[in-house]
Amino acid sequence: MSGLDLPAKPDRFRPGAAIGQALSRYGIVIAFFALCAALSLLNPYFLTPLNIINVLRQASINGILAIGQTFVILTGGIDLSVGSLLAVCGILGASLVTGANPGNPLVAVALGVGAGLGLGMVNGALVARLRVPPFVATLGMLSVARGLTFIANDGMPVPRLSPGFLTLGQGFIAGVPIPVVLFGATALLAWAVLRFTTYGRYVYATGGNERSARTSGVGTRKIIFSVYAISGALAGLSGMVLAARTTSALPQAGLSYELDAIAAVVIGGTSLAGGVGSVVGTLFGALIIAVINNGLDLMGVSSYYQQVIKGAIIVLAVLLDTSRRGRD
Amino acid sequence: MDAGLLIDAEGVAKSFAGVRALRDGRLALRPGTVHALCGGNGAGKSTFLNILMGLLRRDEGRIAVSGREVSFSTPAQALAAGVAIITQELSPIPDMTVAENLFLGREPRRLGCIVDRAALNRRAAELLDRLRFRIEPRATMRSLSLAQTQLVEIAKAISHESTVLIMDEPTSAIGEAETEILFDAIRTLTAHGVGIIYVSHRLTEIFTIADEYTVFRDGGFVATGRIADIDRPGLVRLILGADVRDEYRAHPAPSGPAMLEVERLGRDGWFEDITLGVRRGEVLGIYGLMGAGRSEFLETVYGLAPANGGEIRVDGQAVAITRPADALGAGMALVTEDRKATGLVMSGSVRENATLSCLPRLSNGPVVSERRERTQVGRMVDLFRIKARSIEAPVQSLSGGNQQKVVLARCLGTEPRILLCDEPTRGVDEGAKREVYAFLSRFVQEGRCVVMVSSELPEVIGMSDRIAVFRRGRLAGVLDAAEASQERLMQLAS
Repeated sequence: MSGLDLPAKPDRFRPGAAIGQALSRYGIVIAFFALCAALSLLNPYFLTPLNIINVLRQASINGILAIGQTFVILTGGIDLSVGSLLAVCGILGASLVTGANPGNPLVAVALGVGAGLGLGMVNGALVARLRVPPFVATLGMLSVARGLTFIANDGMPVPRLSPGFLTLGQGFIAGVPIPVVLFGATALLAWAVLRFTTYGRYVYATGGNERSARTSGVGTRKIIFSVYAISGALAGLSGMVLAARTTSALPQAGLSYELDAIAAVVIGGTSLAGGVGSVVGTLFGALIIAVINNGLDLMGVSSYYQQVIKGAIIVLAVLLDTSRRGRD
Repeated sequence: MDAGLLIDAEGVAKSFAGVRALRDGRLALRPGTVHALCGGNGAGKSTFLNILMGLLRRDEGRIAVSGREVSFSTPAQALAAGVAIITQELSPIPDMTVAENLFLGREPRRLGCIVDRAALNRRAAELLDRLRFRIEPRATMRSLSLAQTQLVEIAKAISHESTVLIMDEPTSAIGEAETEILFDAIRTLTAHGVGIIYVSHRLTEIFTIADEYTVFRDGGFVATGRIADIDRPGLVRLILGADVRDEYRAHPAPSGPAMLEVERLGRDGWFEDITLGVRRGEVLGIYGLMGAGRSEFLETVYGLAPANGGEIRVDGQAVAITRPADALGAGMALVTEDRKATGLVMSGSVRENATLSCLPRLSNGPVVSERRERTQVGRMVDLFRIKARSIEAPVQSLSGGNQQKVVLARCLGTEPRILLCDEPTRGVDEGAKREVYAFLSRFVQEGRCVVMVSSELPEVIGMSDRIAVFRRGRLAGVLDAAEASQERLMQLAS
């Protein structure tokens, strides 16, 4: 008889063990700190507070997108439309806070997030109700939403946004940039939802085995619908943050951002097959991408080479992760 | 050794990890005959056929094909020696044409690389004509019926100059009319001198098409002979052996009112006009052959698939069930046939799986109470004696029996009063089987009821109070367990 044949006992929750488990589960965390250590040796500027804040700010837009993407990928789907949704929501929201009589910035944010939610629900309906494969449904939305972005403002940017609105991208709360606060808050909320709620458990179950989940009484279609709505809403939020950071909403904003978002999720150890993964992983995935970008910038590597290096690192990270899992 | 035999096998044995799956496989196949290979689950038929096809190596014994002793190590070698198999799972490429599928990998070519379509279609047409199969070579496989797809597979086997054709449950997925087409094809083949090993649980078919029979039981040869010399009850007795003792049921006869009633329930293409009732304290067994519509019936009652017409009543009240959540709400739970595909989330832990159906009961608002969840899982682990490293162990690390107990634990989480079970002991070892039986008996004793689909005759007779027999999507009869015998059930079912 193998050692497995012991009666199951409830595991006591021990913080030490939990951290140990997290470390073994997320080799990515170790990789992140190793990367940071290496970069701080190569360039003393890397670990300065100013640069750290800069890296976090860079990570925040992609990070928020990647958190939405995590929900989608956990169900075994994919959302290719987030870059375009970000742009269309940016234009829509920003149009309320430009010109001589800018509106309330909070209303603008609500509009942007609401537009993302609505378009995400279209994705969700296509995938969950009409059974269009997620790749196809969101690829269509990628193109449609980008087109809408150009139509909405005749292909022109929305410039001169009100100072109140710009605070969203440029302000600080207790010395932390507001985009970073939003990223952190979103991550915390998403983590809690996936970790502690029935909804979170249903997301994992649906991605792990949709038929079993359905047999167990889980409304799998509703779950699938909802993850695209969440991803859309978070794309809307990041669109607002990006517009506020760059002082204007551009129709070409967020081009190919979906790829970085997916990369962050995958680097973070979430399985593209669904059912396995976490927001903590995605958080570190987004940070790793930002650190790589920042480090290569600091070292003066040309942006052409940066793309090559980044791509290679993404594949390498996942390769290491899978080979480690394979041994377990 | 008889050189006139197509297959002559003796004393074939095979063990898996020390367990004998086959101890004495014997078969003698004559040219131009259909030879039925009979036996229950675990009789060793599949192991024997797999050895014959080169999918498994034998440990002992001797196999000769057309008088030459052979030992195949791959199906390709078996095919080269003229032995082909038509399996339950057909593997055509759906968007290719019949002709392309027939000559896949050996297409007639020009200049070594260009497929000669005209020659391809001509050869396919010649082949199909010779066999008198009415199938258009240019049709795509997708457009064919299942029986026609099977005919194409048969034609493919014949085109490899096969002299021995193994058919494993060839009619399990096709209708009566299509069975006739298949039988015509079989007669054409035997007229050409081909020998056919025919495996089917349907006795009627065996008595229609087979010339000879061989029976395996518990991994060994039992008897062989001519179909003309045996009757149905005789064959059934050979297949089953001595009557199995009643060691299942441990609950008193049911007495309560009907808990679940189904009236004239139907689902297009699967079953129709099913009227059944289950009383409090009762185990209703459902027996039938593969494809009889039993699993589909349970799925429909449970809301996994829509019904067309009919009514479901729980405690005398009509209930609308369009999705599993409705069925759970009405007090039902379903233990599905295939725990990997529809019972468990294999990437999840014991804890996550055990509570998936009842999370709302264990939650405060949207938040799952970890404490209540652990209490619940702990209770289930004790109740079913689930053996796992811990409740956080992934369910895929558990044995089949323990996985099945996790499914039962999940189903019990919603405190169902009506438990629907589809093959609840499939792929489960003997010890765990007994525990499942004991659990089901206890379940009905506490004033609830069970509907159990099972293909295991001793199990269905041993556990049930009454047995409903399905035949091709219809209710063939309902028997009291007291008056049910294995012979009677098999006769009703086939």
